[in-house]
Amino acid sequence: MSATPATTDTTAGPLVEPVVRPGSTGHTDGAWADRPVPVQTRSERFASTDPAAFPAVTGREVDWKLSPVQRLRPLIDGQLDGSPYAYLARETPGASVEWVGPDHELVGAAGKPEDKASANAWSSVENVLLVTLSGDEASSITVGRSGLDQTPRAGHTVVHATANSSGIVILQNSGAANLVENVEIVVDEGAHLTVVSVQEWDDDAIHLSTQFATIGRDAQLKHFVVSLGGSIVRVNPSAHLAGQGGDADLNGVYFADAGQHLEQQVYVNHDAPNTKSRVNYKGALQGDGARTVWIGDVLIGRAAPGTDSYEQNRNLVLSEGTRADSIPNLEIETGDILGAGHASATGRFDDEHLFYLESRGIPEEEARRIVVLGFLSEIVQRIGDQALQDRLQASLEQELAEGARARAEADAQHGSSRAAAYTDKLPGSGPTPTAAGYAAKLAEAASTEGTV
Amino acid sequence: MSTLEIRDLQVSIDTEQGNKPILKGVDLTINKGEIHAVMGPNGSGKSTLAYTIAGHPRYKVDGGSIRLDGQEVLDMTVDERAKAGLFLAMQYPVEIPGVTVANFLRTAKTALDGEAPALRTWIKDLRSHMSDLKMDASFAERNVNEGFSGGEKKRHEIMQLELLKPKFAILDETDSGLDVDALKIVSEGVNRAHQATDLGILMITHYTRILRYIKPDFVHVFVDGHVAEQGGPELADQLENEGYDRYVTASAAAAAAAGN
Ligand SMILES: Nc1ncnc2c1ncn2[C@@H]1O[C@H](COP(=O)(O)OP(=O)(O)OP(=O)(O)O)[C@@H](O)[C@H]1O
Ligand SMILES: [Mg+2]
Repeated sequence: MSATPATTDTTAGPLVEPVVRPGSTGHTDGAWADRPVPVQTRSERFASTDPAAFPAVTGREVDWKLSPVQRLRPLIDGQLDGSPYAYLARETPGASVEWVGPDHELVGAAGKPEDKASANAWSSVENVLLVTLSGDEASSITVGRSGLDQTPRAGHTVVHATANSSGIVILQNSGAANLVENVEIVVDEGAHLTVVSVQEWDDDAIHLSTQFATIGRDAQLKHFVVSLGGSIVRVNPSAHLAGQGGDADLNGVYFADAGQHLEQQVYVNHDAPNTKSRVNYKGALQGDGARTVWIGDVLIGRAAPGTDSYEQNRNLVLSEGTRADSIPNLEIETGDILGAGHASATGRFDDEHLFYLESRGIPEEEARRIVVLGFLSEIVQRIGDQALQDRLQASLEQELAEGARARAEADAQHGSSRAAAYTDKLPGSGPTPTAAGYAAKLAEAASTEGTV
Repeated sequence: MSTLEIRDLQVSIDTEQGNKPILKGVDLTINKGEIHAVMGPNGSGKSTLAYTIAGHPRYKVDGGSIRLDGQEVLDMTVDERAKAGLFLAMQYPVEIPGVTVANFLRTAKTALDGEAPALRTWIKDLRSHMSDLKMDASFAERNVNEGFSGGEKKRHEIMQLELLKPKFAILDETDSGLDVDALKIVSEGVNRAHQATDLGILMITHYTRILRYIKPDFVHVFVDGHVAEQGGPELADQLENEGYDRYVTASAAAAAAAGN
């Protein structure tokens, strides 16, 4: 049993320093560090579909204390619009989508709200969007939402993969949003399901999403959270490995720009023999006030001998003024396990990576771009849908280019310490690049994307 | 004629215990087409010299110069040095997650040439360079150096040498950790590059066995941050038999004399 929290605050410091290795991340969060055993095991957390059953949210709760609660009040406590909304679906045979009533038998099949906002959404929706994968051939469906507005709104989606079916469900989010929702994922016996939740919202969007999965006997869920756009995006996926031989592969990739809050609280509950889980989240932070939170809880219960589990989170810090929290947490209630481990690291560019690329003639800014893209692509490449992968890869490149441009502008204005950090890197007595000169260099590099 | 000229090079590094001088006035001149072997005890500063030429940010230049055809290399950024024609085959090549060999090499080639290589000939080129070094074609789709064995990493370095066609190459212990067959394959690669482009080579090594395959024109003995002795290939054999004792002792005595 262990709790290894890590918070890295990067309000100061050099531009380039080696990536911090696992176990040596920045300053830690005392409240978690001082606690050898969780006060309350994760499986005992209170759950209810009634928001009134939860005490008022103070912002000090373990699951809220790293979130900007004040800006989430309308979604946590307020009145929500629970009417159906417009969506766009593209599916192959074997996949379907329809609105059903909230009394549908599958509603509640994967879990129950564990926080007040989730319960508020649950009790507010008039309809539930049911996505079904069935049939023998692998099928795919993309459900896109882009017509939401600023009105606080509730949503509820159920993704159901019937026994032995296989396929991919892509939940594609863009445009405006002020949304709190529950997504239930029901993976029946022997099914192989991939669910990708893509958040490419407008800059001012707010999105809280609790995604509950229940994974049946010998079934597999591959889950991806891709959070790129939005002001506050908090996606909390959980996987209940309820049947023997179940497999949960939970992945995430996120890129926080200036002022963005991207959060994910992941929970894996090993609750049957010989189950396997892998959690792998990678993030990058760039720009003033870019903020990410990752909390990874893994519970290996008494009913789960033969568990094989590993979780990791890595964050790459690309500029000053960002903050990444990374808190892995492992609870083990049975002695008979195959393996359980976790890793967490938050740090700057690895000097050695950049040097290697630059020593082959690749300019510094392009080397950075390649290293960051490589770091994040590792997750994207595993989605298994080439068209989506290509599109996300392009989105990541754009995020990077925009960030580099913004940094260059900021540097040109402030004549900041970045140019100094840059000159420190150059041995020898060469001419000192000015801040403006370096900014120009960055801007120039930013506009040369797509040469790889 | 192309020349790489190192004059009175002084380099230090910042450690937790403070600034530590490592190179204490290195003089070395390499002309195009020449092969120079540098031998010396562990910790004498050989890799420091190699990294400093390539421009690694860890090393602080306190004095001296490195000129390539009269141009001050120390004023150049790392990538500019590569573009000027310098190449470093590293003692410990770095693994880069998520970046494939094919992508990496194409990006490097594009950066060096100023334009992307034509797709058709590029793939053919890459394949033939890989097969020259007995590297399986599948390496192109693997991430840079990730999971490569020690010997595979070294072969990958020499493959890059042949592909990127620099004017001067510094080989930092490229022969270390190679089995007999790999040593031969890698040496042949170096010799091919030498012949093809009249490459100038600075070869750092601990072993005379590689000198059977790659014939040096000059041998330098590197001790305590400077060149303590130079000579022809026969010097390597002498070192093999006698070790560095004589130079180390002389250097220590000189340091003591200077200190008093
Ligand atoms: N980051 C560092 N921190 C402290 N000392 C260092 C660092 N890098 C190099 N040194 C020291 O500088 C000296 C020269 O190291 P260098 O790697 O250049 O030696 P070398 O001649 O290449 O040795 P070898 O034959 O073992 O490869 C050594 O004493 C080494 O310990
Ligand atoms: Mg060395």
